Amino acid sequence: MPRWIDVCALEEIEPEGTRRFDHEGRTFVIVRGPGEEVFCLDGLCTHEKVHLAGGLVIDGVIECPKHAAQFDCRTGEVLMGPACVDLRTWPARVEGGRVLVEV
Amino acid sequence: MTRYVIVGAGEAGTRAAAALRDAGEGEVLLLSEEPVPPYERPPLSKPDDEHGFRKPVAVDLAGIELRLSTRVVAVDRAEGRLETEAGERIAYDRLLLATGARPRRLAVAGASRALVLRTLADAEAIDARVRAGARATIVGAGLIGLELACTLRRRGLEVAVVELAPRALGRAVPAELAERLVARHERQGVRFLFGTEIAAIEPAGVRLADGNLLAAEIVVAAIGVEPETALAATAGLPCANGILVDSTLRTADPSIWAAGDCAAIDHPRYGRVRFENWRMACDQGAFAGRVMRGEGGTFAALPWFWSDQWDLSLQIVGLCDPARCAVHRSLGADGLVRFELDGTGRLEAAAALGPAALIGREIRLAERLIERAVACPSDLLADPGADLRRLLRG
Repeated sequence: MPRWIDVCALEEIEPEGTRRFDHEGRTFVIVRGPGEEVFCLDGLCTHEKVHLAGGLVIDGVIECPKHAAQFDCRTGEVLMGPACVDLRTWPARVEGGRVLVEV
Repeated sequence: MTRYVIVGAGEAGTRAAAALRDAGEGEVLLLSEEPVPPYERPPLSKPDDEHGFRKPVAVDLAGIELRLSTRVVAVDRAEGRLETEAGERIAYDRLLLATGARPRRLAVAGASRALVLRTLADAEAIDARVRAGARATIVGAGLIGLELACTLRRRGLEVAVVELAPRALGRAVPAELAERLVARHERQGVRFLFGTEIAAIEPAGVRLADGNLLAAEIVVAAIGVEPETALAATAGLPCANGILVDSTLRTADPSIWAAGDCAAIDHPRYGRVRFENWRMACDQGAFAGRVMRGEGGTFAALPWFWSDQWDLSLQIVGLCDPARCAVHRSLGADGLVRFELDGTGRLEAAAALGPAALIGREIRLAERLIERAVACPSDLLADPGADLRRLLRG
């Protein structure tokens, strides 16, 4: 049964920053928008399984640091190759200054 | 109905085909002289865990008529018709030449004994000779040579790289980064012979000009490629180190375009230039597909490429020039970025070597800073603590 999990304090992720989140053998990337909005996506690029945390986030798009595949932070959709498979997205929200995800 | 024909099903050809198909008008015919379905080239020299070196092209080819083992030998421009080696005639309304490039051959005795690496068949030929403990000599310390050195060394071979020039990656990679990368290879046991001329490829290995023999069961010539222009040239289209195209990728014939490694393009930033990298080929292919169906625009994309060797990622955006004013930024123990500035403090190119998680983002930012011609203060570029996104936000 999915449940909301506390990841960290919002202030631990800078605006347009990322954070890797490992949970029960899976890895995710938490992305913060320019404000207080947060997103949770599968943590590995669908091209060569590289961790997306640390990738550049601009205008709601996260780029894989290795080969520059681009994904929409909101939908997980591939916007530019070399990846061709979308990322799965997971519910994420901020409550009382904490980042919560449902994975 | 417009009939679009594309010669060559590599990165450029497949992306063009997809762009034309997406327009939903006309017929798209994609011709490949290879017997296998289109595949991605980057893994040929650096296999990934999931596919090895056999990775299908990352493009959906539904709705595109693909013909394999089809070698085009002539273009009859007056009739708008291609002729294949088998004697078949194929009519076109609009034609894209995406013929790519072919490996340069060594000009020494026994040169045909050396393998090359360009196609899936080439990768298979090398793979078939790999045995743990075997010896491989790679002639040429360019990107393909170094990537292959890493791949073969990882598979347990003894690997030597012979290079005529005094250093590796002399054409596109700044010296300080090339030196670090070579040092990484040497720590893994790859041997380098720089400034070394070869005299012949013999059955026992590579004979050097000084008379010594580098014994090897596998010899690979990785000394660069030449654009595949024969088809265009015999059709009377102007060629000079590539098929000459304008800034919309159109040749001298208004019904024929060229894209990818075979095309010498007129680039608004660099003038006449020919690129040889994955993303350029993809970008040019997709652009050609769009202009062939009538969209406007000028092709102005920046060159960007990567190479993965050992645990290091090499990424360069723009065209590096050792003479330019450079600022270095150190990232962690192994990461180094070289930013190159023009006389007015604007970024022209950036090159980086290090763990992808550290350097990738800097290069992606650099690409945007170059595109937007942002003035970049040196102290900010050099400070690893400074977030370069500040410069983009102005």
